This record gives sequence, structure tokens and C-alpha cells, in this order.
Amino acid sequence: MRPILLSGHERSLNQIKFNSDGDLLFSVAKDKIVCAWWSANGERLGTYQGHQGAIWTVDVSPNTVLLATGSADNTVRLWNIKTGECVKVWDFPTAVKRVAFSPDGSKLLAVTEKRMGYLGTIVVLDIKYGDGKLGNLEDQADEPSLRITCEDSKATVAGWSFLAKYIIAGHEDGSVSQYDPKTGEQLENVQAHEFDHQINDIQFSQDRTSFLTASKDKSAKLISARNLAIMKTYPADTPLNSAAITPKKDYVILGGGQAAMDVTTTSARQGKFEARFYHKIFEDEIGRVRGHFGPLNTIDVHPAGTAYASGGEDGYVRIHHFDKPYFDFMYEVEREQLRK
Amino acid sequence: MAPSFDTLTEQDLHEEEEEEVDFSDLKEQYEVKLEEGLDTFVVIDGLPVVPKDSRQKLVKFLLRKLTSVGQTSEDAVFMPLNDKDMTEGFAFVEYETPEQAVAAVKQLHGVPLDKKHTLAVNKLMDIERYGREGRIEEEYQEPQVEPFKEKEHLRSWLGDASARDQFALYRNDKVGVFWNNKGNPPENVVDRAHWTQLFIQWSPKGNFLASVHPQGVQLWGGSSFSKQKQFPHPFVSLIEFSPLEGYLTTWSARPIQVEEGQPILTFEEDGKNIIVWDIETGKPLRSFVSHDLAALPPPSRVTFNLRRRSSGPLSSGLRTRSTWPGQSISIYELPNMNLLGRTSVKIEGVNDFEWSPATVTRDGVKQYEQLLCFWTPEIGSNPARVAMMSVPSKEIVRTRNLFNVSDVKLHWQSQGTYVCVKVDRHSKSKKSMATNLEIFRVREKGVPVEVVDSLKDTVINFAWEPNGSRFVLINTGENPTGAAIPPKTAVSFFAPEKKGNTAGSFKLVRTVEKKTSNGIYWSPKGRFVVVATVHSQSNFDLDFWDMDFEGEKNDAEKDLAANLQLMKTVEHYGVTDIEWDPTGRYVVSSASVWTHSMENGWNMHTFSGNTLSENPTEKFKQFAWRPRPPTLLSKEEQKQVRKNLREYSKEFDEEDKYAVDIANTAVVETRKRVLSEWVAWLRREMELQAEEKEAFGLPEDADSRKLALDAPIGGEEQGDTVVEEIVEEIIEETEEVIG
Repeated sequence: MRPILLSGHERSLNQIKFNSDGDLLFSVAKDKIVCAWWSANGERLGTYQGHQGAIWTVDVSPNTVLLATGSADNTVRLWNIKTGECVKVWDFPTAVKRVAFSPDGSKLLAVTEKRMGYLGTIVVLDIKYGDGKLGNLEDQADEPSLRITCEDSKATVAGWSFLAKYIIAGHEDGSVSQYDPKTGEQLENVQAHEFDHQINDIQFSQDRTSFLTASKDKSAKLISARNLAIMKTYPADTPLNSAAITPKKDYVILGGGQAAMDVTTTSARQGKFEARFYHKIFEDEIGRVRGHFGPLNTIDVHPAGTAYASGGEDGYVRIHHFDKPYFDFMYEVEREQLRK
Repeated sequence: MAPSFDTLTEQDLHEEEEEEVDFSDLKEQYEVKLEEGLDTFVVIDGLPVVPKDSRQKLVKFLLRKLTSVGQTSEDAVFMPLNDKDMTEGFAFVEYETPEQAVAAVKQLHGVPLDKKHTLAVNKLMDIERYGREGRIEEEYQEPQVEPFKEKEHLRSWLGDASARDQFALYRNDKVGVFWNNKGNPPENVVDRAHWTQLFIQWSPKGNFLASVHPQGVQLWGGSSFSKQKQFPHPFVSLIEFSPLEGYLTTWSARPIQVEEGQPILTFEEDGKNIIVWDIETGKPLRSFVSHDLAALPPPSRVTFNLRRRSSGPLSSGLRTRSTWPGQSISIYELPNMNLLGRTSVKIEGVNDFEWSPATVTRDGVKQYEQLLCFWTPEIGSNPARVAMMSVPSKEIVRTRNLFNVSDVKLHWQSQGTYVCVKVDRHSKSKKSMATNLEIFRVREKGVPVEVVDSLKDTVINFAWEPNGSRFVLINTGENPTGAAIPPKTAVSFFAPEKKGNTAGSFKLVRTVEKKTSNGIYWSPKGRFVVVATVHSQSNFDLDFWDMDFEGEKNDAEKDLAANLQLMKTVEHYGVTDIEWDPTGRYVVSSASVWTHSMENGWNMHTFSGNTLSENPTEKFKQFAWRPRPPTLLSKEEQKQVRKNLREYSKEFDEEDKYAVDIANTAVVETRKRVLSEWVAWLRREMELQAEEKEAFGLPEDADSRKLALDAPIGGEEQGDTVVEEIVEEIIEETEEVIG
């Protein structure tokens, strides 16, 4: 599996995202620019410029029309993917740590930081798509349609469940909550990870019935979106920054490593800067991919399950297209099941 | 069951329990004492009963003893008379200061006055306090005999059906005992948080597990590891068991302060550092002050090395123990801990000594004896001397004089057959160093000494083969001080020449140069040895050597009783400790957080160096195999077992195979179950979703992105486009000049 090395950023990566076709990859880093890449060969398509601070998060609308980014300059920006224009800027009192489109693209959620006397919030913005021919995309509501304030522990990440039925959020104290996206009411809260071990990433399965959390407590958990029941646990030996579920094959990919601030004081051996593959159902570790020389900050999987990309503290994005053995690998019991 | 030191006062621990602070001790301490001044008085009991006339004589006689500990006079001794003008057998004595009175109690109590009478000295205050009316029962009451309670069998672990070994694991705040299951995950026996506070230690035969706390030592044993004994030695930092587990020695850097009301420690132990305990009764036998605090190794927690004192082998009647007052060796006899022969052995400048680890029968010596080896450095023009003493006769059986000596280390072979005296010598100018090995053949007539050719460099490690006659040593060249690179070392293997039944002279088998090794770890059964680089920051190799390789032998070594073969080399990052299991089948290498915090954990290898399992463990501290007592089989029976090994192994192989089969089926079964559970969950989830969609009136494919709000561009699905990319690469370019 030969990786394609994308070196378009000058600082550490914060999030990467494939579009729903999987032909494009968007990456954001601390260096204030958004890059768009062809995932097949790693060629850079272009950049989106305008943010005044480190960009924490990025998401693509389901049909690759709009791109949303959230940044430390306290804004969420909406971009026309095709032209690169910024079509809308929403201002917030604090930095935006996560944005996510709902499955039908009609809503966008944004997680804001708790700072300077403001509590952390999750806001929902209604998104309109103009005339359907990429025109009039600037026409967007100025005010969020919903605001959820996190009183106990701030939300660090959030996403939408199937049918946009729930908003699922991961918190700084290691708990996971389920909110009603219409009323903003908290429906459930589960201490999924060790107390006070922040949840760094939440990614959904393709049908959005389950999601995977990655936490500082060195484990990732697969949780049911319906009732927040913890279904699987994937223990690692290092704090985790990102975790993704692979379509097509029942695997999960975890990434992390020694916290960035401690890296200089430990040897590279200690760093554990590897992407780890676990079997989703049997919870066994089945492989690792080396390459980064800093902690892995973000991982995303090609929607067709044929490739994955990882972005590291080292400023590189690596796209790996899976080889044949990846698809052939199967537990005996799975093979049996298949034959039936 | 939480481990507790319940019989001790909590105040010692300084554990904050604000709500329930017991002020009674403070009250007692600061209570205004009405009988002020009486604490200079002592009561002496056990005196002879004499008529009035000879009272004066007795007082004078007594005064001689009394003044030895403090100032008092004839007037201050009051010996009352009864109606018959006879003394009562007791006297009141006033000292000048309360301290003197305390000293009198400490030193004179229990001292014999003559053959018939023994002094009983108590403080007057104590008699008041404890003997006052109402405090003691007037009538004698039978002491309550506790009903017999069956204790757990201390050796129950030996009865394991598949004869597995146990080990203790100390990591984070938890200590657990596990069964070793070879490559499979170990099976837990007990796991307790805060079981110990400093370290853990097994007793030499494996009956007890000792946990060390600031309040003292606790012993645990039996199948459920229940508490067996407590030894309250405040701030104990090192412990040592006697070889037969009869006694325990504890050491603390700071002198013991005995507080009143302590149930076990008495004034005997006040100000002492070392206590010898009887494990059976849990009572202190005798205590000592360690004079040379600086000379003792810093409490390195695990490596226990009370160098100045060591227990003698406790075979048959003689039980000995020695201490170190500087100029002499004092040998104490167990079980009563009296000084052997009532005197110490005066040896000017004696530096170090080692007991023989086993009882040796020397050629031509009939009576029972134990051997002790010691050495003295060069003093003035007198040479350094290494000598062997026979105990209890205290006879010197062999001495050897040495010159230009910097340091000497004494290494007994495990059966006491040989002592290797490793002599570090300096040249006249004291610039270069060399090492000599002087090997005493203890069992041979006259204890001949063999000198192994002088080695140029300093030997940093030496180890005998257990129950064998071969040894390994590591020497190192001059290492530049302060250099970042670890010094290069050379590992040398020695074996005796083949010579009938007896071992011939020791010859070098092979030297392996350019290593970094510094640790030698023999298998407890001999033959195999691991030579490793431990506590290093750049090298972590473990070499597994076989001394009796069953293959072809090198011609040059054909006369030697060894066939050396390197079996395997493995690496274990950050390895700090290596321990063989008691049967010599497994080796555990571990990296402890006590030394560094990188990749702590333990790895298990077979004797031949195949790594069975790697167990990275957060905050891993200590690994300890549970020792086994010596086998109960006779020599013949052991031989029989060895002869039929093949048949036995067939049985065991089958068992192993069976176990593996079962394990495999179990794994497959769980996987099947997990998979079907998953599939069922998926199906249920899909059904639920379909219902919901129906309820909301959403189409079947509501979540499909084709229906997403931003879909309309282009209208219909375009399908995937295949992009062909042609990459041209110039493989070679050549230029030819034509014409």
C-alpha cells in the first residue's frame, strides 16, 4: 500500500474530509487555508482563502455544492466548492471546533468553544441551495435556527444520526449526549469514556445508526445512535485523536499518538504515530500503518471504502488506496457466514 | 479483602481522617501529672530476702549494679522491713534524673544478681499506673484458649493439576498473583489495589508473599492469600528472609522510635534499625543498630542486599546470623539469638563476608560445620587477606594473602563447592586495573586454590552456574568517564576440563567481544544462561546461550565440559530486570517504571529465546516468580523421571494439543456468537428505521444523497466517469555521437 503524500499545508492538520463521491478530499490545518485535492492522484485542485485563524473543522454538503469550515477566528464560512468563493460568514463569540451537514444537507451544525465567559454551544443553521444551478448561494439565514448550550461539560465534537433524528455530541468530560434537533432537549447522556478524558472525534457509520468515538482515554467505542448503548470497545495504547469506520469491510481505523506537546520529550518509538486497524465486530487489532512522524490528528475513509487518508501533526496528509489483500482478509467465521 | 494494618495505630500513617481524630494520646501526654517527681523512682523486685542486719550489705552490693547506669546513693535506696524484721525482697531506688531511671529499667531489668536471683526493675510510675487497684484482676483467670481454626494450606499452589507456576505482578497501585499459562494470557488468582506500598517479595520457598508498608511488613499466604503475619517495623525499607523461612530481617534507614502502648515492639527495639523476627510467633528476636549507614546501599527497593549481614543456611541444629560492628564478625545463634561463644570474632579491618549458601562437607572433616568467607584489605604493610572460617569452631580453615588489592568480591557457588574470589588489582602506579579470579575448591582436601589467568580489564559481573561448575563473567575496558556511549564489554564463558568424575582446572571456553551486556542470568537448573544489556538507553539485547549444546562440538573445546552455543538473541526495549521461573523453562524480561517510564511492561520467553507473549503494562513496577520448595523426590526417582521424559512429554503434548483445540473452538464459538449478534442488531436497526420512515412519511431512501437538498445540478445521475491518466517516465537517456 503506497501512500500518496500531500504536502500542501505548512502547519499541523486539523481535519480532512472526502466528499460523498470520494473523488475530492478537503483538508484544513492551522495555516488558515482550506485545500481541495483529487483523491485519485493527490493533485491539488485549489484552495479556499479567507479565514483569519487556524481552521479547526471542515465538512462537505452531500452533493458537493457547498463547503463549510469552522475556525479559531470565531467564524463559520460557507464556500462555493466549484468557484472557491466564500458565500456566507457567520460570526460567533468563540472559536468553532466542529461543523457537520445533516444527511440531507438542509442543516449545518457548529460546535462553539467555551471561552471568555461564554459557555460551549451547539448551533444549527438552516442551509439553502439557491436556484439549484449554483446561483444565489449567498441567500442564507443570518441567525441559527437552534442553539443548545452545554452547561455541564462543553461539547468537543458533534454529528447527525440517521434521518437527522438526533444530534450526537461528545464532551470534554468523556460523556456522549443525544439531543433532539428540533427542540434542543438533551435526551440522553452516557459516560462512554473515562471521566475527564476528552472525546476528540465522532464519526458515523454509513447508515448513521452507529458512531465511533475516539478519546484521550486511549480507547475508541462503537455506540448505537438510537440509545447510546456501547456496542464495541477498541483499546489502544496511546491517546486517540481520530477514529473512522470503513464501509465495505467491517473495520475501524484509529489514529492518535503521544500528545503533540509531549512529542519532543519522548523518543519517536514512544510516539506511536501509526494508524491502527481493528476488526469492527471482533474488536481485534489486525494491522498498523506507519508513516507519520507526528500524532495523527484526523482520519477519513473514502465513502466507497477503497481508500483512507490521514492528516498528522507533521503537516502531511497521506492517502492510502487499499490493496487487494485488504479486501480479501476475512475471519473464518465471516467466510462461513458468506457461504450460507 | 482490603489489605490493612489494622492492629497498628492510624496516627503512624499520617492518614488524614479529620472527623475521627483520636485525641486521647495527646490528652494523656499533656495531662498535668500530679505525681511529678516520682518518675526518678524505680522499684526493684526479685531481691533475696535477708534479715535486718545484712540489709546494709545487700544494699551496698546492689548499689554496685545500680550506679552502673546512673547516679544514686545508699540513702536513696529504701528497702522496707516486715514484722519479722526481714526484707520483703524488693526495694525502692531514687535516681537523680528521670532519664537515669529509664536507663535503669532498660538495662537492669532481667539482669541476674546471683545464681538464684534475677532483678526485675520497673518504674514506680508504671507500678502505679498498671498495678493500681481495680486495674488488675485479684483472682487468677485462665487465659482464653482460642478455638482451633483451620488455616489455608500454605503450599496449595503446588497442587495445581497441570503444575503451573505462579507469579506476582505489581503495577500501578495494584498487585496481582497469576498462573502462568505459557503464551496464553495469565489466569488471575487475586488482584488487590494498594496491597503493598513499597515492593513485594516472595519468601525463598514461596510460602509467603511479603508486602511492605510504612508501618511494617505483612506476610500473605494460602490459596486466597489471606494475611498470615504482621511485623510492625516503622518505615522499613528492606527485608530478607532466612533460607528456611523461619526468620525475617527488616531494616529501616531511620532508627525505630517505640511509643508506649505498642503491643509488639518494646524498649529493646528503641533506636535500632534492624530487627530479626521469628516468623512463627511474629515476635522480634533481637534488634541491632546499623552502624555504617553510609555503607549500606540506598534502599533500592527491590534488590535486597544487606551486605553487612546475611543469614546462614538453617540446616540441622545450628542457626546463625552475624552482624557488623566494624572490627569483628559477631555470630548469633538461632533460635535464641545469643552471641555464639559469647564473643565476636575479632578481625582487624574485616571488609565483607559471605556465608556458604549450602552445608558443605569438606574432605576429611567429620563434625558439622558451616563455612564463612571474609576478606580484609591491605593495612600498612600487611597484605590483604581472604579467609575461610568454620563455624561453630570459629577456626580459620584457609587463608590467602593478596597484594595491590583495590576491591574483593566473594562469590559462592550455589552448593558451596567453590568460592570465587574476584580480586580487583591495581598496578603499582594505581593507574591501570586488572582482575584475578582465585577459586577455592572447598570440597577438596586442604581447600586448594586455583588462580585463573589474570584478566586485563575490570570484571563487572560474575555468576556461577547454579549446581554446576561453570561460570560466566563480563569485563569492560577503560570507559571514558562521562561518555554518552555505553562501554563495550566482553562476555567470557569458563568451564572446567573434563577429568573423570572431578572437575579439572578452569579454562576459558570462549570470549564474545564487542558486546554491551552487563547482566548474567543463569537458569536456576543450570545449563542455560541469558546474558543481557539491562538499564541501558541504547541497547536492549538478550542473548540466550546453551552450555551443553547437543550438536557438533568445536575441536578446540573438546576437552572442556561444555559445548557453547548461542541459541537466539531477542530485544526488549528498555529492559531493566530479567527473571527465570523456578523450573528454568521460562524467562521474563521486564521494564519497570522505577527505572524509566518508557514502554513499561513484561515479556515472556522460553528458555531458548522464543518470545511467547509481550505485555505492555501501564506503570508496571515489579515481576516476581513464586519460588518452589526443593523437590521431595529422591535422587533415584528424579533419575527415573528423567529417563522416561519422552513418555511423559508425549502425555503433556497431547494435553497441550487438547487445550489448544478447546481454546480454538472457544474462540471460534465466541466469534460466531459475536458475529450473529452483530447481524441481528443490524437487521433490527434496519427494521426500526423502516418503521420510522413510514411513520414520518419519508421515502424508502430518505437518507440517500440523491434526495439531498443540493441535488438538482445537472438533474440526473451522470454515473462514474473514468479518468485515464497517462504518466510518462523517462527510464533512460543515452546520447550517441554519430560520425
